[in-house]
Amino acid sequence: MRSWIAFWNILLKDMRTYYLKPPNISWGLVFPLAWTGMFFIKSGSGMGSIPTLLPGVVAVSILFGTTSMLSVTVTFEKKQRSFERLLLAPVPLELLMLAKTSGAILFGSANAFVPVAMAAFLIDLSGVAWETFVPAVFLIAVASTFLGLFIAVAVKEVFEAQTFSNFFRFPMIFLCGLFFPIENLPVFLKPFSYVLPLTYGADILHGAVHGHYAMPFTLSFSLLGIFCIGLFMLSLHNIKKRWII
Amino acid sequence: MLKDKSAIAVSSLVKRFDDIVAVDDVTFRVRSGELFGFLGPNGAGKTTTINMLTGLACPDSGMIQICDIDCTNRPRAAQHLIGVVPDESNLYPELTGFENLCFCAALYGIGKPQRRDRAGKLLDTFDLSKAANRRFGGYSRGMKRKLTIAAGIIHKPEILFLDEPTTGIDVASARQLRQIIADLNHAGTTIFLTTHYIEEAERLCDRIAFIVSGRIVRIDTVANLIQPIQAKHVALFSFANAVNDIKDRLIDTFPGLDFSLPGPCMIRAEADESIRVGLLVRYLEDQGAEVKEARRIQPSLEDIFVQITGIEADAMRREKEKPGGGR
Ligand SMILES: Nc1ncnc2c1ncn2[C@@H]1O[C@H](COP(=O)(O)OP(=O)(O)OP(=O)(O)O)[C@@H](O)[C@H]1O
Ligand SMILES: [Mg+2]
Repeated sequence: MRSWIAFWNILLKDMRTYYLKPPNISWGLVFPLAWTGMFFIKSGSGMGSIPTLLPGVVAVSILFGTTSMLSVTVTFEKKQRSFERLLLAPVPLELLMLAKTSGAILFGSANAFVPVAMAAFLIDLSGVAWETFVPAVFLIAVASTFLGLFIAVAVKEVFEAQTFSNFFRFPMIFLCGLFFPIENLPVFLKPFSYVLPLTYGADILHGAVHGHYAMPFTLSFSLLGIFCIGLFMLSLHNIKKRWII
Repeated sequence: MLKDKSAIAVSSLVKRFDDIVAVDDVTFRVRSGELFGFLGPNGAGKTTTINMLTGLACPDSGMIQICDIDCTNRPRAAQHLIGVVPDESNLYPELTGFENLCFCAALYGIGKPQRRDRAGKLLDTFDLSKAANRRFGGYSRGMKRKLTIAAGIIHKPEILFLDEPTTGIDVASARQLRQIIADLNHAGTTIFLTTHYIEEAERLCDRIAFIVSGRIVRIDTVANLIQPIQAKHVALFSFANAVNDIKDRLIDTFPGLDFSLPGPCMIRAEADESIRVGLLVRYLEDQGAEVKEARRIQPSLEDIFVQITGIEADAMRREKEKPGGGR
């Protein structure tokens, strides 16, 4: 009970001081809008291409929304030492880090629905399998938040966190089957696709929107779940090793 | 107050950073209800010791016990019992004073009505009520210190760690903080305080440990530390010119006195019997020294500190007050 009071207040504070600040709300809106607009216009094949583009845009919105926030809520707070306050609190480290990341997970999930709302104006989305789409959005948000956490814990400066995130983010856009199927990638790049969590998230989204799954979706869900747990454990391990020195 | 129960027990604590031994085989015990001081210069290992005791760092070897909880391998196991005031204010600049206190209380699982109540009272105690709704980032240095201390005690910890609480704030605020610290201790809180102000340690602490280069060189009560020099007579002379070369002649002329040079324009004389200051002044003036001031002084903890550590107290103070000196 006492730990949950701490959990809830950490989440609430991060919401108020970071996620619900006008610059972040606008970033959360503008960024997915820009991606959506760019791809919808660039593809030039009219409304028909929207269902195949939507999953990629949703995944990219989540990925950028979540990873960029962690460098602030974790790296910046570590650098200005307020993170020490959290490390001094009698709250299990697991719960502490869940509290620190849950804001980003919610923020990423909310970002995902900006392109969805836009697409809903343009095409009929009644065929989308929401019961798989929504959990997939959530799991992708969790996985990319934990990827952001892993990066945030590994670096000292905020700019390092940003650079390091891009090192992961940009290749992921091309390797994870967001906009072109993985089958079309050169053979030597395919192994990289399969070690990236977004590959599995994107596949579920594609399946949910237009029915083409490349892999059984239970397998994708399980692998995505394993990535989430793995990245979280790895981050906790790094915090214990690097921060409680 | 149960002064015999151990609040903190530490033995053979070692912490290295690469080739630096920051804390080197440190052993001590702090009794429940005691106000214990850690006195030492820059880089002595004070903050590193606090970090290990509070769960922010793991010792390389040694043992730590806080209120009978073994924290050696579980550095965060006793965190519900302790409050920590770090050497630098680490509250959230974008939250107000009131919000910061409520947030810190929430981290210890305190419910909302109680949080708000305690935060209001503490703001009152620390004369910060008027600034309660201003952003912490806009506070002055002294206000920041006070709020950081308030945040460290809002959950009513049994043991409070204070890392240089009065460094870098004005005399009046420092005096107010010392009073608050003394009051907390009288109310039963065990306090572990680090400082480089000898007078502060002397005035506040029940017992003091001198720490230099990671090693504790002496631990005792203030009374016991001062006792060997209490009976001594000391006189201090300051000059308008440098007097380094007079010392040898003084020793030859006044064999019953001990002389030392606390600074280039200063001579300190120590004896078991009363010192004839006038006689000394006349002799010094005959030797070409321009005496500015001559006075008898009460031997203090400072003398003992200098004797034991070989570190000049003035130098330590100046080092600390340089911008960035105290980190
Ligand atoms: N994280 C770290 N990495 C490397 N060296 C460190 C680290 N923390 C402390 N040290 C070193 O350990 C020694 C003790 O430092 P510590 O901060 O404990 O001293 P201190 O007594 O608190 O000094 P001050 O009065 O300046 O606060 C110093 O030599 C310092 O450089
Ligand atoms: Mg220090």
